[in-house]
Amino acid sequence: MAEAAESPGDRETASPRPLMRDLKAVGKKFMHVLYPRKSNTLLRDWDLWGPLILCVTLALMLQRSSLDSEKDGGPQFAEVFVIVWFGAVTITLNSKLLGGNISFFQSLCVLGYCILPLTVAMVVCRLVLLAEPGPINFIVRLFVVAVMFVWSIVASTAFLADSQPPNRKALAVYPVFLFYFVISWMILTFTPQ
Amino acid sequence: MAAADDLQFEEFGDAATSLAANPDTTTVSIEDPGETPKHQPGTPRSSGREEDDELLGNDDSDKTEVFDRIKGSLLPIPGKNFVRLYIRSNPDLYGPFWICATLVFAIAISGNLSNFLIHLGEKTYHYVPEFRKVSIAATIIYAYAWLVPLALWGFLMWRNSKVMNIVSYSFLEILCVYGYSLFIYIPTAILWIIPQKAVRWILVMIALGISGSVLAMTFWPAVREDNRRIALATIVTIVLLHMLLSVGCLAYFFDAPEMDHLQTTTATPNQTVIAAKSS
Repeated sequence: MAEAAESPGDRETASPRPLMRDLKAVGKKFMHVLYPRKSNTLLRDWDLWGPLILCVTLALMLQRSSLDSEKDGGPQFAEVFVIVWFGAVTITLNSKLLGGNISFFQSLCVLGYCILPLTVAMVVCRLVLLAEPGPINFIVRLFVVAVMFVWSIVASTAFLADSQPPNRKALAVYPVFLFYFVISWMILTFTPQ
Repeated sequence: MAAADDLQFEEFGDAATSLAANPDTTTVSIEDPGETPKHQPGTPRSSGREEDDELLGNDDSDKTEVFDRIKGSLLPIPGKNFVRLYIRSNPDLYGPFWICATLVFAIAISGNLSNFLIHLGEKTYHYVPEFRKVSIAATIIYAYAWLVPLALWGFLMWRNSKVMNIVSYSFLEILCVYGYSLFIYIPTAILWIIPQKAVRWILVMIALGISGSVLAMTFWPAVREDNRRIALATIVTIVLLHMLLSVGCLAYFFDAPEMDHLQTTTATPNQTVIAAKSS
């Protein structure tokens, strides 16, 4: 996690200062994901708070209600959590084995933060689903999820692609594509009871 | 194989002519003449790849090699061995792992879509994402892709101890062949969305034909020296297991399209009775 460098005198002050610093760092990274540029902020000062917040939010919104039948419903909270984290770890291991020069936690950080557009899509979908169901409802959701999916991929490849040697870029990017595609599918097929 | 030895010398010549572009390739060939040249001319390798070789002996692959292997699994050429032609003692686990992952999601998502389209008009149908099927699909596909090669490798090792075979494969090579042979099922799974029984079975036949022949042509040289019946039984078992996988996935993840016709024939009471009797 991003350590707050505290001088000895700071120990007497209350904890809100490093907390505010961490929150600001998380917010800054959210901005970097929303407006992807060539910048090293996500990589240099990695932290996993943002991905955790995003993953928990997404899993809470995606989980099926307890009234749903056990067999055929949408994913449970734990299933979404496992897919996101296990998928991110697998992709990170994959890019390490392909010879990428990015560290393990940096890669997890980037992949986690780039879920932000899809979380926004989930919120929008939930709001759209409050309206009456029908094909227009579905097309709107499809459009929103598709745009956010492309945004996530563009944002993450802007950070990850440079870390790979050129002849392996496609090999490293494809699992990222699959990862965000699966999350987008879960968001698109979410049906409330 | 003598043909492979000739190719080695030809590659040496090619590397010399492209010296300016690929100094690394030439260096390895000159300093280690005993080492099988694993590199195709035109793919420069940096020294960092040595660590990759030790890491599970895999992922030494470039984009072009992975694509070539995928193409090789789609176009089986009679007489050409997938392992000799494409893997050449350089198996990678990238292809098999991610092909299996893609296949898992392709089957689960296509099955879900197909069921949705089949039941679209029904009033009593409420769409469910059927998320549990993803984990079932993952278990089936990965178990097939890892356990069957393991069993086959063990069987071939056992037969090798009894009969001297010219051709023998390492476990990673068998794993690699099986992984790449599953690639054809990804477009097949997507096309299975079409709710026509005839189309689905034609697709099963085509996919089985292609990937079954890749596997059969790969493993025939490894059992050819053996007792005729055992060799034939091995090949037949390989193809049968492959067919079992595809037919099983079709049956479990994709609802039968006839149910659609059953629902639409409830217009008249007579037909309702017939429908009730036949269900």
